[in-house]
Amino acid sequence: MEGWPLVFTVVTTLAILVGGTVEFLPLVLVDEHAPTIETVTPYTPLEVAGRDIYISQGCVSCHSQQVRPFRDEIERYGEYSKPGEAIYDRPFLWGSKRTGPDLARVGGKYPDLWHVRHMENPRSTTPNSIMPPYPWLLRKSLDFDGIPGRLNALKKLGTPYSDAEVENGAAAARAQAIQIARNVSANGGPSGLEDKEITALVAYLQRLGADLKKAGG
Amino acid sequence: MESTQTPSHAGSTNPSRLTVTFDDQITRYFVIATAIWGFVGMLVGALIALQLPYWQANMGEYLSFGRLRPLHTNAVIFAFAGNAIFAAIYYSTQRLLKTRMFSDTMSRFHFWGWQAIIVSAALTLPLGITTSKEYAELEWPIDVAIAVVWVVFAINFFLTLRQRREKHMYVAIWFYIATIVTIAVLHIGNSLAMPATLFKSYPVYAGVQDAFIQWWYGHNAVAFFLTTPFLGLMYYFLPKAAERPVFSYRLSIVHFWSLVFIYIWAGPHHLNYTSLPEWAVTLGMTFSVMLWMPSWGGMINGLFTLRGAWHKLRDSVVLKMFVIGITFYGMSTFEGPMLSVKTVNALSHYTDWTVGHAHAGALGWNGFMTFGMIYWLLPRLYRTDLWSGKLANTHFWIGTIGMLLYVIALYSAGVTQGLMWRAFDDAGRLVYPDFMETVIQIIPMYWVRLVGGTLYLAGMVMLLINLFMTIQTAKDKPVDASIHVAA
Repeated sequence: MEGWPLVFTVVTTLAILVGGTVEFLPLVLVDEHAPTIETVTPYTPLEVAGRDIYISQGCVSCHSQQVRPFRDEIERYGEYSKPGEAIYDRPFLWGSKRTGPDLARVGGKYPDLWHVRHMENPRSTTPNSIMPPYPWLLRKSLDFDGIPGRLNALKKLGTPYSDAEVENGAAAARAQAIQIARNVSANGGPSGLEDKEITALVAYLQRLGADLKKAGG
Repeated sequence: MESTQTPSHAGSTNPSRLTVTFDDQITRYFVIATAIWGFVGMLVGALIALQLPYWQANMGEYLSFGRLRPLHTNAVIFAFAGNAIFAAIYYSTQRLLKTRMFSDTMSRFHFWGWQAIIVSAALTLPLGITTSKEYAELEWPIDVAIAVVWVVFAINFFLTLRQRREKHMYVAIWFYIATIVTIAVLHIGNSLAMPATLFKSYPVYAGVQDAFIQWWYGHNAVAFFLTTPFLGLMYYFLPKAAERPVFSYRLSIVHFWSLVFIYIWAGPHHLNYTSLPEWAVTLGMTFSVMLWMPSWGGMINGLFTLRGAWHKLRDSVVLKMFVIGITFYGMSTFEGPMLSVKTVNALSHYTDWTVGHAHAGALGWNGFMTFGMIYWLLPRLYRTDLWSGKLANTHFWIGTIGMLLYVIALYSAGVTQGLMWRAFDDAGRLVYPDFMETVIQIIPMYWVRLVGGTLYLAGMVMLLINLFMTIQTAKDKPVDASIHVAA
């Protein structure tokens, strides 16, 4: 075979295709691998924007979103992660390193204001933290107008947004952002955050694990 | 097709003989790019190693850890190791096949296209333009460019193979073939996405499927970008440097086929105890353990090639670097299967142990094989002595000490933190419920790691100096090598 490059290349290609195919096809063909959890719904428009900020800032470099079914992890973080929780996650953000704690169950754990303070200066809420500060998230304006385009791409891939939800994505995001910003300022935090990136990120962080809690998990 | 093979004009020689001149300029380009990007990638690595114990080193949005970490990994994998394997492939393929590359234009398109991709990565990643999928962070327009450049490289390589003058393909060529085919499959398979804007896309896979595809890609990027091409490099440059034939041809056949078949299955070990179905994870673990054997087949074939030539290590920095490189390959391919075993993985996963393991492979195997190759190539590409053998020897020692400090620091950091996370007291409560306690504990190890990494970086600077001084001392325009073949 070492004198026949074409044959050699074809056999090599077949050899490398077997493993991936055998492992991947069942994941696509067998539905039960991602059983539906009724309370798991697509992210809201603001949460989609917040998730994309989470991606853009590289949060996944240091934070996982995957609680393993171990006693210590359930004790520390909460219920272990289920396949059905991730069906709208494009991309998945399970991570591979916990320089900081896992975030799969962080939703609802702290008030909105805590997250604002924490992102502005992590050491104000968590002494000795080694996390970088993200003060620009409180200054930079969120691109609301870009949200429908994002929702549309997700819809094309199969996320069940209605046409109206895509079209009104920006308005829906603004409405949710105003609520979060009010909540922050009402509790003594900075005001005027309703059009800032931080509100989208807070919306996303508060959503993490929320669906499973609704299911009584 | 450009033909650069002209009949020999020397009157007395046999008129039926041709002179084939190799394209060594393309190798020089790739060698220089390897050294420059290696320095850049490792410098960013040292910066993010500083940012962990000293958060003040995060300098604003574009130079914060989350943005720079993918820049570091992409730079060292695709720019440093990438250019190194291309240098190895272009140099050795022409000689093993007794022909010049099929097309100089395609070779140059490959070189400049690849550098343009690296520059675009260096610009977009700090700006936060990222898919967040590890080692596949670049957004879709760059992914398309990678596919185009890779296909041109593949066409050039396979057409060179077709015009070869040596019927039998040597082992190194097998590994190059596996690399070229598999990287194309992995890159395209994992990058399929729906663009939302010019700089943002969403993957066609979601959740569990996306996780599986990502680690099918991620693990096999290690396999087919950092392992198979470097084994090809080893099979060509080690026997050359040792002036000994490869230990066992039969072993190379067995370990080649078992390696390329088994490696692909191992991806799910990155997802132990996650939402990925149990059967997939167990399959991944099983194949990971089996992978130990073909991996060590390569190590044994490498080290035993030096039988009867061990005394040469005393005077050859090239051989010393190869021996350390192959030894680290052996250690990390033992460690990898061990870490894939669920009970070990339960402790090691998400900790710095993983990072230490990755760097044992990257610094030891990829780094030292690359350095050895460059020190062997420089005198041959520029027809002059290496500027300083002493400096190269210092590089060897400072690099070795640096990476030992690095991996030992991260092994202890990883084990320490993993044990603290799972510690329960007699009353059944977490001993360290505050995550921060487990961070503070390992900060001294982060400083040791920074020292180790900085020493390794210092070695890289020494190589850079040696490279440019060697080029300086080669006064004349470098001459490409040529051979005589039957017409």
